[in-house]
Amino acid sequence: MAAHSTAALTAEDFQGPGDTPVFLDAEGQHHPENGTMLGFWLYLMSDCLIFAALFAVYAVLGRNYAAGPSPKDLFDLKLVALNTSMLLFSSITYGFAMLAMEKDDQDRMQLWLAITGLFGLCFIGLELYEFHHLIHEGATPQRSGFLSAFFTLVGTHGLHVSLGLVWLVVLMVQAHMRGLGDANKRRLLCLSMFWHFLDVVWIGVFTFVYLMGVL
Amino acid sequence: MSAATEDAHVRGSGHEVHEMPGGHGSFRGYMTGFVLSVVLTAIPFWLVMADVLGNPRLTGIIVMGFAVVQIVVHMVYFLHMNTKSEGGWTILALIFTLTLVLITLVGSVWVMYHLDTNMMPPDHGMHMPAATSEPAPASGSAAPGAAPMQHQHQH
Repeated sequence: MAAHSTAALTAEDFQGPGDTPVFLDAEGQHHPENGTMLGFWLYLMSDCLIFAALFAVYAVLGRNYAAGPSPKDLFDLKLVALNTSMLLFSSITYGFAMLAMEKDDQDRMQLWLAITGLFGLCFIGLELYEFHHLIHEGATPQRSGFLSAFFTLVGTHGLHVSLGLVWLVVLMVQAHMRGLGDANKRRLLCLSMFWHFLDVVWIGVFTFVYLMGVL
Repeated sequence: MSAATEDAHVRGSGHEVHEMPGGHGSFRGYMTGFVLSVVLTAIPFWLVMADVLGNPRLTGIIVMGFAVVQIVVHMVYFLHMNTKSEGGWTILALIFTLTLVLITLVGSVWVMYHLDTNMMPPDHGMHMPAATSEPAPASGSAAPGAAPMQHQHQH
């Protein structure tokens, strides 16, 4: 590298060997080792804010029945308990899939992912059944502020689970075709966080909407 | 090159290279989380469905307490949250998010409650003619503050 006679620094002064840029780490802090996982976590946190807004809407509108049905008239806690257990089982089976993935046991991982998907399908099926039942009884989203807030909150969660299922199938096919490389492992770990996050949101839903609704 | 020095940094400060949220769970950890979750889900459902306490307000507070504990259990055993992953940035993002969530929830409920109480037209009080078939809250909710958000049936 040529020495410069002028005092002004040019871009060449910051070129390391092999023409790769060198950045000074003045504060001695290292960057997180895997940006994808942190980035995905930040996405989940922003998703959390969406749910917070919807929970706030439900907290404000949840008692505006407009002379229509109240949670006591509508909610079937046995169905909700069954639904909750489906999501909880799917969380633990996804955990088992991740344990199999860490051991590079593709077959076992695919089996656990398939079981997770089945539990997720049961959850969505039960939720659609509940929605269908409510709408059949006239408790549509247009009926009252309470029902609008209820369908928006629970529906948004259900939409997340549905998209998670699509993602799950895509990753199962991809892992089957391409094997368990670093990239696929990273994707499966992202979906793992997404899936467990939805279970966390569901804790809020069944507590705040269903259990406290029928009190 | 720079990746290698970064790895050296990471090892030097006591982190595992492959440490990330969502990873490195153990069978024991998942089972602990699962059993705790089942217990923490079953108790609130039992409390509400069997009406064990006979006091809706107390039951509500206890049920919310169980939810908070279960969320922490999920965070620790399923999402593998700890203060060290990603150099502490995940926990920092979580704390920031929880602050915003708290402001959103408490702020909304607080503001809307006071809006309801203060904006209620005096001649449209609790004693509207029962044109609708709602289960007349006329006597009970007339006391200010007795039932936070039940004034809004009329619109």
